[in-house]
Amino acid sequence: MPNMSPKKVNMPEQEPDIRNKNFLEVALGYTPEMAQEEAQRCLQCKNKPCVAGCPVNVQIPEFIELVANGQFEKAYEKITETNSLPAICGRVCPQETQCEKLCIRGIKNEPVGIGRLERFVADWFIQNSKPNSKDIQKNGIKVAVIGSGPAGLTCAGDLANMGYDVTIFEAFHTPGGVLMYGIPEFRLPKALVQKEIDNLKHLGVKIRTNMVIGKVLSLEELEQEGYKAIFIGTGAGLPNFMGIPGENLNGVYSSNEFLTRINLMKAYLFPQYGTPVKVGKNVAVVGGGNVAMDAARSAKRLGAENVYIIYRRSEKELPARLEEIHHAKEEGIIFKLLTNPTKIIGTDDGWVKGMECVEMELGEPDSSGRRRPVVKKGSEHVVDVNTVIIAIGQSPNPLIKSTTKGLDTHDWGGIIVEEATGATSKEGVYAGGDTVTGAATVILAMGAGKTAANAIDEYLKKTL
Amino acid sequence: MYKIVKKQTLSPAVKLMKIQEPYVARKAQPGQFIILRVDEFGERIPLTIADYDRDEGTVTIIFQEVGKTTKALGLLEEGQELLDFVGPLGVASHFDGIKKAAVIGGGLGTAIAYPQAKQLHKMGAEVHSVIGFRNKDLIILESEMSEASSKLVVTTDDGSNGTKGFVTDELKKLIDQGNIYDLVIAIGPLIMMKAVSNLTKQYGIKTIVSMNPVMIDGTGMCGGCRVTVGGKIKFACVDGPDFDGHEVDFDEAMRRQMMYKSDERQSLDDHACRLGGESNA
Ligand SMILES: Cc1cc2nc3c(=O)[nH]c(=O)nc-3n(C[C@H](O)[C@H](O)[C@H](O)COP(=O)(O)OP(=O)(O)OC[C@H]3O[C@@H](n4cnc5c(N)ncnc54)[C@H](O)[C@@H]3O)c2cc1C
Ligand SMILES: Cc1cc2nc3c(=O)[nH]c(=O)nc-3n(C[C@H](O)[C@H](O)[C@H](O)COP(=O)(O)OP(=O)(O)OC[C@H]3O[C@@H](n4cnc5c(N)ncnc54)[C@H](O)[C@@H]3O)c2cc1C
Ligand code: SF4
Ligand code: FES
Repeated sequence: MPNMSPKKVNMPEQEPDIRNKNFLEVALGYTPEMAQEEAQRCLQCKNKPCVAGCPVNVQIPEFIELVANGQFEKAYEKITETNSLPAICGRVCPQETQCEKLCIRGIKNEPVGIGRLERFVADWFIQNSKPNSKDIQKNGIKVAVIGSGPAGLTCAGDLANMGYDVTIFEAFHTPGGVLMYGIPEFRLPKALVQKEIDNLKHLGVKIRTNMVIGKVLSLEELEQEGYKAIFIGTGAGLPNFMGIPGENLNGVYSSNEFLTRINLMKAYLFPQYGTPVKVGKNVAVVGGGNVAMDAARSAKRLGAENVYIIYRRSEKELPARLEEIHHAKEEGIIFKLLTNPTKIIGTDDGWVKGMECVEMELGEPDSSGRRRPVVKKGSEHVVDVNTVIIAIGQSPNPLIKSTTKGLDTHDWGGIIVEEATGATSKEGVYAGGDTVTGAATVILAMGAGKTAANAIDEYLKKTL
Repeated sequence: MYKIVKKQTLSPAVKLMKIQEPYVARKAQPGQFIILRVDEFGERIPLTIADYDRDEGTVTIIFQEVGKTTKALGLLEEGQELLDFVGPLGVASHFDGIKKAAVIGGGLGTAIAYPQAKQLHKMGAEVHSVIGFRNKDLIILESEMSEASSKLVVTTDDGSNGTKGFVTDELKKLIDQGNIYDLVIAIGPLIMMKAVSNLTKQYGIKTIVSMNPVMIDGTGMCGGCRVTVGGKIKFACVDGPDFDGHEVDFDEAMRRQMMYKSDERQSLDDHACRLGGESNA
């Protein structure tokens, strides 16, 4: 008999007023008892609507049934048949627009907490089991993976499992991509990401950090070094600015710079770590996605008194995960919706002292189907801030494109690929993740890495 | 890990190191830089590639000990290793068609200008160099610059060696003596590059300056290194670090360089040198 409780089993978390002063993880995860209780809310639907919402087709009812029966290790095996990074996905996937959106239980009540269960299973496994070092038949064929975000890590892991000799080339000194430098510790502990990376090393994947491909080695030179196929998973790291006056004032950051200083360089532990970050008393974060929420919540944790999210559409259009918006509000972040910045105002010696904004109202729907914000007449006002963080999206970095002949890209910088395989216009070169789609999600990047790994395997079997 | 194979003291606060890194050595070009991290707690800092040896697989850096990271770097000895070393970053200098050039180095900027002077000299261009320092103890690379130039003027602010005065005065003299330069390269403190650019603008001589904003990634990913050039935002790490001196907004760059002043002091409370000093690039 399923558990017919209308609500998900509550997941313990740090109190808002405590957690907004530290960088420890906010959500604390289920105990085995809580997980089993939540798992019993699943109806084991024959047609599995939830699975259709999962970009990598995790066998959801099957793994949930194993959790309900207390077979956590088997549940882990079930999930990892199709998802190699469950501890990460369980934490950062936008479940409410994917699996949980389609969950039957969600029609009348709260959907099954699929993400929470995935997280529980992955964490349980990390604590209780050792990765079984299965014997992989090595084939000695070299494949290069450029970039170590979720796309690159997934592609590398899958290829290594098939026996390939995989080397990841990463520009930064630490692998992990956005998982390391973008998403903060309080939402995705770096030790977890490190664990996944260690697992890859166990599989024999080599990781070469401090290698900016396109600068230190070109794609052609990788081929000359004996790499028979190449996967590009370089993400969308180029920050967009607004093009309004005052963006170069001291105290204006791109979200990338702000979050990289904090996460990758550990500025929150300054001066133990050498990299500083400047957070004023009042902080404005421009944008409404996950990136904006992360920047705002980080600023709060670094001591800002008032942190504003400035977003030009309404609450309904906020692109961030629901949970992030909810957590941000609990932590005291102030949402200034339907507001758009027009100018950043500076002091005589070049520091931010305010931001001029206008109010917006929603007009007719635009090509994306969202109602277009239009300026409300006479609504100019100044928000008193000393720090501005711009989180309005980012584009693919042109570095590889500009140094590689015959690699076709869109006008906006995305690499053009064949969707079913990830093949680019250059033979033996595949791509996936944010560098193809523009800024998207972890799970889509992983899916693309997986698709490309299979296509690379087929290609190499055919050509070698 | 990246091994220090040679260390040399050029002046009390300026050191040279050769680092073993064959991949960077193979690709390095004058005008480019590397980013390094000394240890796990350290900042990523950019330093110009002063020289390279493709056969040996080494890259030479020259740095002035101005703050926490550069001082920590200065404490390392031959045989020790750096945690991270990444490059070559930035756009290489292009000197096609240059027959005669003036290279101006202000203080440590001399180390950044040296590979460019050397490259011009190697291409067969006539190179006149003017290098300026606060006093004679701070003079670096005099013989190297002399080798790369057909004419070398050394100035000191206090006249303790060479000509007393500023590099701009000497450049003006050379121009007024009838030297016609296709290009002026000016590298040093922002205030000096601004002064040189203002001077050469009057004469209509194309002038390249090397911008040195705070950087993190060096690959165009953080935007922290942005400078305004010709009214547009540029990222010094990928669009530069060399830019047209007549187009750069120096005043903004000077303001932006003050951003972490107080934190740097916290990070190193006893540092004697000050940014903007004639010897600080
Ligand atoms: C702050 C923030 C919060 C987010 N929150 C969420 C969330 O909650 N849920 C979610 O699903 N998604 C979230 N996202 C989006 C998600 O992180 C990305 O869609 C995903 O990481 C893309 O993966 P990727 O592998 O394509 O690229 P990335 O993760 O960007 O990794 C690319 C890697 O390639 C390296 N690289 C780039 N150029 C080169 C080069 N030339 N040579 C070598 N290496 C190179 C980069 O250094 C980087 O390590 C968030 C993004 C950010 C920035
Ligand atoms: C492309 C590029 C090439 C460079 N090449 C060289 C080089 O070849 N040799 C060399 O010695 N230095 C070079 N620099 C400057 C060097 O990166 C800084 O001196 C270094 O980052 C200071 O770090 P620190 O921790 O020792 O000092 P900090 O404690 O960070 O700062 C100490 C003092 O130095 C000033 N300072 C900090 N960063 C810079 C900067 N980017 N430029 C100028 N002053 C700064 C601070 O305002 C402060 O007064 C270069 C910078 C760039 C961007
Ligand atoms: S839709 Fe919901 S209830 Fe049905 S199988 Fe999926 S998780 Fe279980
Ligand atoms: S250093 Fe980050 S963009 Fe230039």
